[in-house]
Amino acid sequence: MSDNKIVRVANAQGFWGDTPLGPRRLVEEGPVDYLTFDYLAETTMSIMQKQRARNPDAGYAMDFPKMVGSVIKTCQQKGIKIIANAGGINPSACLAATKAVIQEQGVTGVKIATVEGDDILERLDEIIDGGEKLSNLDDGSDIATIRDKISSANVYIGARSIVDALKEGADIVITGRATDPALVVAPLVYEFGWSMEDYDKLASATVMGHIMECGAQCTGGNFVGWKDVKDWARIGFPVIEASQDGSFVVTKHDNTGGMVTVDTVTSQLLYELGDPQNYLGPDCIADFTTIQINQAGENRVAVSGVKGRAPTSTYKVSVAYENGYKILGTLCIPGPDAVEKAHVVADMIFDRVGMHGYDIPEENRFVELFGTNVLYKGVVPADEQPHEVMLRVGAMGKDKRALNTLGIELAPSITSGPPGLTGFAGGRPRATEVVGYWPALIDKELINTRFYIEEA
Amino acid sequence: MVNVRLLDIAYGRSGDKGTGSNVGIFVKSEALYNYLEANLTTAVVKEHFREICKGEVTRYELPNLKALNFILEDSLSGGGSGTLITDAQGKTHGMGLLQMRMDVPDELLEA
Repeated sequence: MSDNKIVRVANAQGFWGDTPLGPRRLVEEGPVDYLTFDYLAETTMSIMQKQRARNPDAGYAMDFPKMVGSVIKTCQQKGIKIIANAGGINPSACLAATKAVIQEQGVTGVKIATVEGDDILERLDEIIDGGEKLSNLDDGSDIATIRDKISSANVYIGARSIVDALKEGADIVITGRATDPALVVAPLVYEFGWSMEDYDKLASATVMGHIMECGAQCTGGNFVGWKDVKDWARIGFPVIEASQDGSFVVTKHDNTGGMVTVDTVTSQLLYELGDPQNYLGPDCIADFTTIQINQAGENRVAVSGVKGRAPTSTYKVSVAYENGYKILGTLCIPGPDAVEKAHVVADMIFDRVGMHGYDIPEENRFVELFGTNVLYKGVVPADEQPHEVMLRVGAMGKDKRALNTLGIELAPSITSGPPGLTGFAGGRPRATEVVGYWPALIDKELINTRFYIEEA
Repeated sequence: MVNVRLLDIAYGRSGDKGTGSNVGIFVKSEALYNYLEANLTTAVVKEHFREICKGEVTRYELPNLKALNFILEDSLSGGGSGTLITDAQGKTHGMGLLQMRMDVPDELLEA
């Protein structure tokens, strides 16, 4: 193996719902070796859980099979491999759907693997009875308070089984709740033969994963210096050129929009960051205070020096539980006196819910007057008399019928309330389930990840 | 001294951390970084976000990136799926901090 070897990893999806143009453009507009798809966030797992409850064949990133269909011919021709945490809470259903799409395209000889072992829902009793507390990581609460309402439980797993699947020749690896960085750590461990104890290199790859995990957020998207960003529609998705020693260059394909500068990359390094010296992951702990970053050319940012340490003996677990319902409706309230009118309308809606015989307690009610400085409350002076506000009125609670009554009484305020109410569209809002998120830790000894591989 | 908006001298980004948010900001020069490190304290940031952040503010330093990372506890009215507020993920908190005004020595702005 030559020391000059470069492995190109590109992230085609920053979240579930990102543009389907991402993967297509990445494989067609320039060189790539591995294409990652990062779909999962805490709220995403909650949504997938709801979908699986309604349909046992759902519960994964439904966009993924179609996106594979749009790139699979090019990937096979160019030898590009795909790694995706698209499996959500149902990797086998995701595999079946992906296989079907590949077959529809008439493509053969594609090896697809799923990585499983992160889903511990069926094992929860055994795990809790065995002495794992699974206490809430944020406030220390006892899991007993939600145990009968738990709907999913997934461990944030690392790169190991993805590496194993690649060694078996997988062209596509679909995981459940693998961490975002694991999707990048795995192909580099496989390509460079890094040891899983070489923590500086694993930390470096973790930083790569962190930089790319939100797609175009490191290439000019969401950048405060947005006036310098050009060609938004054709913004390039990130490509990382990784070297054997763990150093790397963040770039994007030539002739794409956006920009890759020390500033756009540093912005993303800080995104959702906690304690920078202790960036915890399943494979290592990365120290963000060791990152060295330099502009190495136009749209090329070089990163080196990343230090890492051995990971902790625990995995993070994400538990989802049923936590009642919520409803939200919006109405546009014109001035003059927009704020006063909005309060009248909100009071009227809650009073009418009461006249139907339902009670929504004060603490469960929600009223937000968008346009009165709700985003920057106290941070910048508010406009005392806005010419218009958007009333966002809703509630949370256990009583679904009470909330749906609020949805029914929203539109009638247009004809029986103050003058000029408008902008009501999309019909009556309906109550939806709230999925609570419960972070916890679990002993690594209790988790065995594994992969299955088959050919499409 | 010149009174500037942080937006004129710094970049930043924010996102959610459970029921709180993080706000990372960074500057272009070491001198400016040192000035912010000394003057952009947790107390100053807490006061700026007094109506948004109901919990404590913690600060971490990343001199290698000329960056400060603030954790704003209890700043999302519950956060995630547990709230109906517009910005349940603290996406605007970064721009919120960058709209703070601060007196900065003239010589630090010349570079």
